[in-house]
Amino acid sequence: MNYFADALAWIVDPAHLHGSNGILARSAEHLWYTLLAVALACLVAIPAGWYVGHTGRGRGFAVGLSGAVRAVPTLGLITLFGILLGIGLTGPMLAFVVLAIPSILAGAYAGVEAIDPAVLDAARASGMTEWQVLRQVEIPLGLPLTVAGVRSAALQVVATATLAAYVGAGGLGRYLFLGLKTQDYAQMLAGSLLVVALALISEAVFSTVQRFTTPAGLRTL
Amino acid sequence: MRWVVDNVDVLASRTFAHLAIALPAIALSVLLAVPLGWLAERFRWLRSPLLTGSGLLYAIPSLPLFVVLPLVIGTGVRDPLNIVIALTLYGLALMVPSVADALRTLDSRVLDSANALGYGPVRRFFTVDLPLAGPTLLAGVRVVSVSTISLVTVGAVLGVPSLGLLFTDGFQRGIIAEVVAGIVLTVLLALLLDRLLVLVGRVVLPWTHQPSRPAGAAA
Repeated sequence: MNYFADALAWIVDPAHLHGSNGILARSAEHLWYTLLAVALACLVAIPAGWYVGHTGRGRGFAVGLSGAVRAVPTLGLITLFGILLGIGLTGPMLAFVVLAIPSILAGAYAGVEAIDPAVLDAARASGMTEWQVLRQVEIPLGLPLTVAGVRSAALQVVATATLAAYVGAGGLGRYLFLGLKTQDYAQMLAGSLLVVALALISEAVFSTVQRFTTPAGLRTL
Repeated sequence: MRWVVDNVDVLASRTFAHLAIALPAIALSVLLAVPLGWLAERFRWLRSPLLTGSGLLYAIPSLPLFVVLPLVIGTGVRDPLNIVIALTLYGLALMVPSVADALRTLDSRVLDSANALGYGPVRRFFTVDLPLAGPTLLAGVRVVSVSTISLVTVGAVLGVPSLGLLFTDGFQRGIIAEVVAGIVLTVLLALLLDRLLVLVGRVVLPWTHQPSRPAGAAA
């Protein structure tokens, strides 16, 4: 267990806090990669998911695509884009967006699809246009599942953003790879623990967001 | 393509190393998830620690887990055993809640009938509960198998042999064909194993696949 003590000592050492390779800077990078990748994936996947959920068109395609993309190893994409686009953030970012899309897409269409058809019939019967049905019924009712999809995507990206350092970008993965090269277990473990902490924070934030985005009528007591 | 043709033996040995990690991890997580899921369903006080534990475990990123595990169990950082154990834990994190859920939602009238017919608890579990939970279990195993096959590659950054070494080696030497071959082989392995599981499901759970059943009777 003294490895863990060493790692904790490494984390609380003030010398490791500041600077371009400090914990603050690396954590901020890690968080930034995650937010950017998830936001970009949301821009693509949420409208697509709502479209699939609302129209029912392309459902088979969306399910098949999500399944196939899940089988693609992210390390493979990161190294492939790394060779094609060069060292830096563009390659890994592209891989993270690809990684994040299936969960978000699945959450968005599952949320819309899970709505009781009687509710949609009622909305149409009261004279709502298709656009109103989507905006005022399907999107709000589907929001909890959509957020759940974003949540699991964020968790996956936080975890995988560690690999960005492998192709020369920053983030908390730096400590892992630096530690691996120099046999510095304390640093490796410290990096790992920081990533785990970020993952748990992301989970906590999203479980709160999930509670707030659940429409009042759907909340269970 | 030339690289692929010239290095068929490398591809084959990486594929075998990959399977040697992935298959035990998948098998172990299924074998352990059934009793653990049963415990979570049977004993209420075990329920919340097992299910919360599974959720938290899934929040731990794979690479850090690969690094931390050898320190806990005393293996070397490049030992494939670390990856097997870590991926078994992820498999459990996915499977245990789904097993518990599948067992809980069984039709209680069917279970009562089995009890009334004089089935003992062990016989009932293996001949009634487990087969009825089969389709849910199969769905869980398929998710676990795809994600395990893909995650095995991450071990390569620590030097553990698998198809992932094609990514690290290809990246360092700038061979695009090697990286692409690795991606294609990983996806192919995942799809093949998935097809295999579907086939096994049809043989073991024949009642879930009756094409002659009238459409209205499915519900």
